[in-house]
Amino acid sequence: MSGVWSWLVEPGFFSTPTVQVAALAGGVVAFTSGVVGLFTVMRRQSFAGEALGDVGATGGSGAFLVSINPLWGFLGAALVAAGFIEATGTRRAKSQDLATGIVLGTALGIAALFLYFDTTHSSTTGASITVLFGSLFVIDTSIVPAIVGLSAAVLGAVLLLYRPLLLATLSPDLAQARGIRVRLVGAAYLVAMAVSVSLAALTIGAVLATALLIGPPATALQFVKRPGLAALVAGGIGVLATWLGILLAYDSYYWPPVEHGWPVSFLIVALVFVFYLLASGLTVARRRRGVARHDGPALQVTGEQA
Amino acid sequence: MFTGLWLNTWIAASVVAVVAGTIGFFVVLRGSAFVAHAIPNGAFAGAAGASLIGVNTIAGLGVFSLLGALAISWLGRRGRHDVVTALSLVLMLGLGSLFLSFSVEYAPEIYSLLFGEVLGIARSELWPIAGLGVVCLLAMAIVFRPLLFASVLPDVAEARGVSQYRMELCFLLLVALTTTVTVPIVGTFLMFSLMVAPAAAARSFTNRPAVALLLSVAIALVTVWGAIAVSFQTNWPIGFFVGAFGVLSYGSGRLFAVWRGRRVVRHDVEPAVVAV
Repeated sequence: MSGVWSWLVEPGFFSTPTVQVAALAGGVVAFTSGVVGLFTVMRRQSFAGEALGDVGATGGSGAFLVSINPLWGFLGAALVAAGFIEATGTRRAKSQDLATGIVLGTALGIAALFLYFDTTHSSTTGASITVLFGSLFVIDTSIVPAIVGLSAAVLGAVLLLYRPLLLATLSPDLAQARGIRVRLVGAAYLVAMAVSVSLAALTIGAVLATALLIGPPATALQFVKRPGLAALVAGGIGVLATWLGILLAYDSYYWPPVEHGWPVSFLIVALVFVFYLLASGLTVARRRRGVARHDGPALQVTGEQA
Repeated sequence: MFTGLWLNTWIAASVVAVVAGTIGFFVVLRGSAFVAHAIPNGAFAGAAGASLIGVNTIAGLGVFSLLGALAISWLGRRGRHDVVTALSLVLMLGLGSLFLSFSVEYAPEIYSLLFGEVLGIARSELWPIAGLGVVCLLAMAIVFRPLLFASVLPDVAEARGVSQYRMELCFLLLVALTTTVTVPIVGTFLMFSLMVAPAAAARSFTNRPAVALLLSVAIALVTVWGAIAVSFQTNWPIGFFVGAFGVLSYGSGRLFAVWRGRRVVRHDVEPAVVAV
């Protein structure tokens, strides 16, 4: 038994400080992303979620340029972008897609400029690559308290918004009739998402931030129909994928083809993707056998105005 | 400014602008900016993989953009479209980071793929670029009518026997092909700006598809030419100016749409293709 255990978990795994920080910060960010992401998936805002991470990275390189804490660069840029997306786009899906695209294109142009200044003034080419891919194993420990605090704030905001947001997501017209200010609730959610995504992008890289925002909720929605439960399950799946990924990355120092470990970001993304495929495969199989008793996929319906 | 390597830059960038402006018309019409972002961005992982095993990077780009298009189309049959796009994108980028970690030297190579290398194009590279560009335009000319039909009136097109799924696949493959042509020259980031902003601006100026298409190509060309010229003067990166000019054209398009919106109401004219 102990032999199997030490084969699965390399000796010294739990006592390594890097692993502890990665597990703590990664877990917090993964859980927050999963909960926040549930609404991102239901509201079809995946692109906005993706874009906010990239825009945050631009802000991060800008902060790097004027040497302030990157946290503020990430947050500031993502919030400004969220404001623009909200101001330009309306509730129509196509129009929001376009607004997001324009904002993202602009941010990438600015990123090119920042990178140009960075490389000409301080010759640190790798900055943007690090920002894009990140790694759980190089987290700056001084920002961990800020990450935990802001994540708690985001979770609180989602909890506070939960009921009006759910109604505004599932049936905007009904929400309007009930006196909910749909646009305002949507904007507030976008701000919460911007904070969550930029935190995640700062901690674990923009790529992983998107994976954890979209993958676990999409997986959870395949087999959980109650939104509140789905949010918790999504958070759980995110944490599971993150911790398993960290474990595998730790083990991978002995894997081929090179003896320096596989990137943890790749392992987590791959796990998230496999989870999604498994869940969606199971759903299809179950539906074919006619086991699914209530046919109406309750949460799949959103008020899409074509 | 028009000699030697700079002349090559002008020619290659013009080809890219024409192709991007054309496909961008459909990107905006279908509300597929996310796909236009995901396929080029994910395809760069293919280039990283190709450089790892010592194959031509264009082949890697082509294979990965094709795989990305097929994955989005296949998974999209039974999942949310934006969800599967996001997941395909992150998986491809994750693979990219895996390939990068296996190879030893990477930073400058990746930098040039993300932000492009418009200023380092050799004369011998122009012919393949131009050839692939022509292939892209021909492919688009072939599917233009059914794709337009399926994009504007999906339900009617479906009833008339134009398969929604097949048209979506056509569109994704077009984006993949365009990616392969343009990304080695202008990079993934710039490519995205060129596909979205000019076409979005054109849509605001006119509702007629053919005019919008031509206008989109024209704005893309002006954007690229302007960006090269200003970049030549200031020495700042071209990508920044493409992004900035793109936003300017989109902003003026929106202003025009607002101004015309009042006029349209007064004349009581129903726009054929609903403006964004």
